[in-house]
Order: sequence, then structure tokens, then C-alpha cells
Amino acid sequence: MLERLAATVITVFARLVTGMRTNWQGCKPEPVQRIYFANHSSHGDFVLLWTSLPPALRAITRPVAGADYWLQSAARRFIGERVFRAVAIPRGGGAQQANDLMCAALDAGASLIVFPEGTRNTTEDILLPFRSGLYWLAKARPEVECVPVWIANISRVLPKGEFLPIPLLCTLTFGAPIKVGADEDKNAFIERARNALLALAPHDNGE
Amino acid sequence: MTAQEQTLALFGGIGGLLVIASAVGFVLARRAKGESPGIANLNARIKAWWVMVALIGVAFIFGKTGLIVLFALASFLALREFLTLMRTRRGDHIAIAGAFFVVLPAQYVLIGIDWYGLYSIFIPVYAFLVMPIVAALRGDTRHFLTRIAEVQWGLMVSVFCVSHVPALMTLQIPGYEGRHLLLIAFLVLVVQSSDVLQYVWGKLFGRHKIAPLLSPSKTVEGFVGGVLSASALGAALWWITPFSPLHAFGIALLVNLMGFFGGLVMSAIKRDLGVKDWGHMIEGHGGMLDRLDSVIFAAPIFFHVVRYWWTV
Repeated sequence: MLERLAATVITVFARLVTGMRTNWQGCKPEPVQRIYFANHSSHGDFVLLWTSLPPALRAITRPVAGADYWLQSAARRFIGERVFRAVAIPRGGGAQQANDLMCAALDAGASLIVFPEGTRNTTEDILLPFRSGLYWLAKARPEVECVPVWIANISRVLPKGEFLPIPLLCTLTFGAPIKVGADEDKNAFIERARNALLALAPHDNGE
Repeated sequence: MTAQEQTLALFGGIGGLLVIASAVGFVLARRAKGESPGIANLNARIKAWWVMVALIGVAFIFGKTGLIVLFALASFLALREFLTLMRTRRGDHIAIAGAFFVVLPAQYVLIGIDWYGLYSIFIPVYAFLVMPIVAALRGDTRHFLTRIAEVQWGLMVSVFCVSHVPALMTLQIPGYEGRHLLLIAFLVLVVQSSDVLQYVWGKLFGRHKIAPLLSPSKTVEGFVGGVLSASALGAALWWITPFSPLHAFGIALLVNLMGFFGGLVMSAIKRDLGVKDWGHMIEGHGGMLDRLDSVIFAAPIFFHVVRYWWTV
């Protein structure tokens, strides 16, 4: 009950602040199991991505995030554990443990939201190099499709170090799903995934 | 007629026109069997007009406060569209937050309390000077002038100019007490009908492009026919204004010309930014700014012409 209310408040707030527009460019919002991977430049990222999904998909989609972030306060713990049902990854636990936790969530039927840059991008670059986590996950569960999602403008709504969001319009563009090839190596897949995500970025609005 | 009867007659007339437009759109859509994107766009536009007229009608019921809230909201949506497309950086964050959360509400509060001396210079003087100070203190000098000018333009266009529509409520016109809403209806109706009539004339008779580099769909025939017929409409509406029929025509012509050139300026900005529309909010029309561009350039001039010649 309280979870539903909190979810409603969060999604309505996110929509109001960001005038969010969702552009299903390369796939449809179908109830199939997916790994959504997106660019990461703000704490608001997975709130937006989660909000942009239709309620039925939202109910089966869990964001993956560092455990320390979610344990900082009671409110965050409630939102992280109960509302988003985040898959919490302990810091310093190693790549194998992270992959096992994500695979367990997938095996339980969930879709995942991951940020393969591994950290928030606060640089001038449009997208940081990917870590290898997405490859190991896709390799471990090759039947699950990976959907690139470009989140435009959220870094301007709430830049790192600011506390007051400004209500600029954000657009989320969902690209065509990709899967890891049978004999594709790590670097090739990571390169392909990163390019698929970059292809969704708007060209005109950059520095 | 009393002001209330005039308002009802006006909305009745607009409603009648929209009924006719919707009927024509329905027939055209049936004939085209859903194969013409042009007709689908026409019907989306007509539908959006129903919504916009209904919103203005609701605001009219609440009088001055209703109008101030409606146009403050329009300013907010317009400013958000404008700044979204600008190339601002992290260093502008506080200045932009100030534009949204301080300058915009303050401008409309000043209009609400009828403080002409301040609301007419608040953005062009105070916000103009304070915002670059705030941005400069952040120490990011890259593209500084461009960035701050873009925020200032956003405020001038989306807040200052738009706010001159409800500001008409504050004018003291002898013999026109209690009828200010009709003055606003006159401005909005004349300028918006000019947009519609330019579109209709252009579609029917358009041959020669008037500004191919700025706005390829605008034609000389659309411009002349649309502006003149909308100005004639303005003259025909003299009975809801403090003007004589001739004055009403002249003023309508002035605001229609301002509206037309305003549309060209806003198109030039869009071309520069590489976008077709400012936003996606109003189906068939694009964004809030696409609908407001002509009002933005017409409202302050209309306000000051009326204030100079018709108020005490």
C-alpha cells in the first residue's frame, strides 16, 4: 500500500519535473524479459527509466545499484528495497558476486536496469567507456535481450553536486535489442553495445 | 450588451466556428480514408483548438487570477521548451533555477498586484543584470556570453512578453471598466486567427515563398490574405474593444504584422538549433512556443499602444 503510494508520488513527480517523453524507437514496450542498459549521468536516471516503462513492465523491472547508496538512510532503504526493489550490489564484493546476484534476479523472472559505465558520468564526454559487467551478464543469460536506452538531458536537470532540479524536458529513447553472439568476445560485444547506445544520442544538443 | 453577454456571444461564435471546422475536418478525413497526413494534422490542430479555447474559457470564469495562473503556466512550459534546446552548462544551473523559481513567479505576482513600475522593467533590467552575475560567480567562462544570452532570451520571450497578455487586465481605460477580459480575447483571437488564416490562404492560394530560408511553408499569398482578413476580423470585433472600427483595424493590422515577423524570428532560432518544432506538447501544433510565437511578439506592443493612447 505504502509502496504503491510512494511509487505513484515518485513517477508523478518525475513526469512533472522532466516533462518526460518516451520514444520507443527500436522496440515496443512488450512484457518480455530484458536488460535495459542506459547512460548514467544523474541520480535521477533510473527513476526516469523506471517511470518511462508502462506499469505492467515496471512491476517486473528492477534497477541494479550499489548497496551502499541504498543503505544511507531509512527513506532510501525503503525506496530502494520496497518501491524499486533494487538489486543491491555490495561494493568490493567482486565481479563474480555481482553477476551471481543479477543472474538470480533474472532467473526469478525480473527485467533489469543497468548502467554499464559503472559510475555516474560527470565529465564533458558524452559517454564513458563501458565496464565489462554487461558482457558477463549477457553471456551468462544469452536468451535475455539487451535494450539500449539513451536518457537525454537529465544531467542538466540535476547535475552532480546540485540539490535543486530544474524542470528541463527529458527524452528517453529505447533502441533495438541486441544479444551477445555465440562466438563474440568481450571487447567486440562491449563495443557493439556502446555504439548501439551512442546511436540513440541526439547530435545537435552537445558541446 | 453587458460585458458578460459580449463574452458569451464571443465564445458562442468561436464555438460555432470550431463546430464547423470539426465538421469539415471530419468530412475531409472520411473522403481521404485516413490516407492523408495533411488532413490528420488538420484534425489534430482543430482538436487542440478545442482544448485551448476550453482552457481560456475556464480561465475567464476565474477572472484575473485565472488568467494570471493560465499565462504563468504557459510561460513555464514555454521557458522549459526554450531552455531545453539551449546549450547551457552546469555553471548556469543556479541562474536557470532562478529563472524558473524566482523570476517567473515574481513577474506574475507583480502583475497580480498591479505594480506597473516594476513588472515592466523587472526582467529587462533586474533579471538582465543579476543573472549574469550569478552565472559569473560559478567561474565557468566557456561560451559565457552565448549561454547567458540564451537564458535571457528565454526569459524575455517566454515570460516577459507572454506576461503582457494578463497585464492588459491592469490598464485603466475610461468607459471600459470591468471588460478587460474582452481586450485579452480580442488580442488572442486576432493574432491566433491570423495564424490560422495565413495557413488557410497559403494552402489555397500559396504560390510564392516569402522567406524560403526561414520558413518554407510561408507564402506571400498566405501572408497578405491571412494578415488582411484577420485584421478585418479585428475591425469586425470593435464592439468588444474600447476602439472605433478603424482603430480596431489598425491595431489588428499592427499586432498581426508583429505576430507574423515574430513567427519568422522564432523560426530562425529553430533553424539555427536544427529542430522543426519547439516541443511535442500540443498535437498537430508542436510545442507551446510554436503556438505562442506570434502572441509573444504582438502582446507587448499591443499593451503599450493601448496604454499610451487609451488609458488615463
